[in-house]
Amino acid sequence: MNLLEVNNLKVWDVNTGKEIIVNSSFHLKQNSCLAIVGESGSGKSVTCRAIMKLNKSYLRQSGEILFKGKNIHDLSEKEMRKKRGKNLCMILQNGMSAFDPSCVIGIHLRETLAEHFNWSKKEMSGRMKSAMESVMLKNPLEIMNKYPHQLSGGMLQRIMIALAIVLEPDIIIADEPTTALDAISQYEVIEQFKKLRERLGCSMIFISHDLAVVKNIADEVLVMKDGEIVERGKTAEVFSEPQHDYTKYLVSTRQVLSNHFNRIMEGEAVVVNS
Amino acid sequence: MASYILRRILIMIPLLIIISFVTFVLINLSPLDPAEVVLQSQGVPQITDQLIAETKEEFGMDKPFLVQYFHWFISCLQLDFGHSYVTGKPVWSLIGPAFLNTLKLTVVSSVAIIALSILLGVICAVREGKMIDKSIRGVSFFLTAMPSYWLASLMILYISVKLNLLPTSGMNSFKSYILPVAIITISYAGIYFRNVRTSMINNLNEDYVLYGRACGLSEKKITIHILRNSLQVAISIFGMAVPIILGSTVVIENVFAWPGLGSLSIQAILSRDFPIIQAYVLVLATAFVIFNTLSDIVNAVMNPKLRSNL
Repeated sequence: MNLLEVNNLKVWDVNTGKEIIVNSSFHLKQNSCLAIVGESGSGKSVTCRAIMKLNKSYLRQSGEILFKGKNIHDLSEKEMRKKRGKNLCMILQNGMSAFDPSCVIGIHLRETLAEHFNWSKKEMSGRMKSAMESVMLKNPLEIMNKYPHQLSGGMLQRIMIALAIVLEPDIIIADEPTTALDAISQYEVIEQFKKLRERLGCSMIFISHDLAVVKNIADEVLVMKDGEIVERGKTAEVFSEPQHDYTKYLVSTRQVLSNHFNRIMEGEAVVVNS
Repeated sequence: MASYILRRILIMIPLLIIISFVTFVLINLSPLDPAEVVLQSQGVPQITDQLIAETKEEFGMDKPFLVQYFHWFISCLQLDFGHSYVTGKPVWSLIGPAFLNTLKLTVVSSVAIIALSILLGVICAVREGKMIDKSIRGVSFFLTAMPSYWLASLMILYISVKLNLLPTSGMNSFKSYILPVAIITISYAGIYFRNVRTSMINNLNEDYVLYGRACGLSEKKITIHILRNSLQVAISIFGMAVPIILGSTVVIENVFAWPGLGSLSIQAILSRDFPIIQAYVLVLATAFVIFNTLSDIVNAVMNPKLRSNL
């Protein structure tokens, strides 16, 4: 069954009339992970925000976005707000700026949970604590009393994942969750994303321009360029036999980079030095 | 935190000493001989060299400059700013009550300005680019562009004289506050609400607003978060606004015959009553230093990033 179906989605700028997403259709199966890849400005984030109905007010959208068979364009703002977080959960690229810099982390977490559940303060802290421990955050209670600038990007990213664990959404939309992180934090966060899917059995839309990460986590891939989907298919197929020129270019550039890296690792660089 | 506040307060001391010195130097740079001014204002018909010398001795003006400054500084610490050249009354007995009256006007106006700026700023930011945002900005532009004395005269003419609703001048009851406060508020809130608006709009585009919405937070809660972050900029501006208003009520005080510092200082300047001018400049400069320090402290309390760097 398709959990989310997007048909003929079009997003355009009212001021300039420019089309940002041109007639895009795709679907997300239950328990699967769909990756959207493409360069900056190709419309990946706008697509995701269109699903959340969170694009800037000057961006209008048309087409159908069916969530569990119901078109979200027909929902009122209040109904949509109930879905955000609880059914459709978003994880942003930059943990450093995703939380209010003047409040401790715990305030955001409690406010979010209070919006969707009738839990006592103690129950919220308890659930957050175990979720944070499960994403390898030590001293969760202490972390909840810290300000965003006192924590690292990787930690904040994992706090967002922990919040998603407590919210148990149907779909997680991760907008370049590893781009702002260093290699080690990236690895840790990706491991948590994999575990998250195993644990919740939820579906995921994973935006990234890091092809290695996509290969690692996604079942299916959409390749976007200039607001259009130029290629789609199972991850392994898209990577082994790319059809569209742009996908071929993406995969081959990646190959060149990793070949270079492999050569260095095999010791050619040492030869140059001696 | 406590050590930061203490440090900020301690820094005020050298600042105030420098200010007092500069004030003293500036007044003494005046080409007029203060002794002559004293004699003139006392209405002495024939000013002779002997009289000038006697007056100088009487007021301690024959002593070296630094000694004079030192004496003045020590007595200022005891709130003794000397005696008026014109009336001979102690300066503090004139400045004190006038300062209180101006302070009352300033405090009431500042509260009105801050409340109105935040209110208008929030409305405009939330409705950015819409009709209400454009009309508020348009009307405020029109009102702030009008000279305040002219606006004040118009209001006195229509509201006080023609409709006979409010007193034209003086400081008798709470009704006397309405017109002057309204004029001051109009001319300042029209400028400051733009700061609140811009800073709110900048915050609206921050990631934390997107994430808050993506988590399903209500618009009311999100607006509170945005406001809290936007006000950090506004607080510094408001902090500086209070002494600016304190110093610029001169015009309004003269139009409404408000018995405050503004009216007093104008008289003092016209009659070259140096001790009063000196005290006036010193009081205002001190207010600037105090409010600047206060807004820094409030900012540090509100901004955790700043706080941890202290």
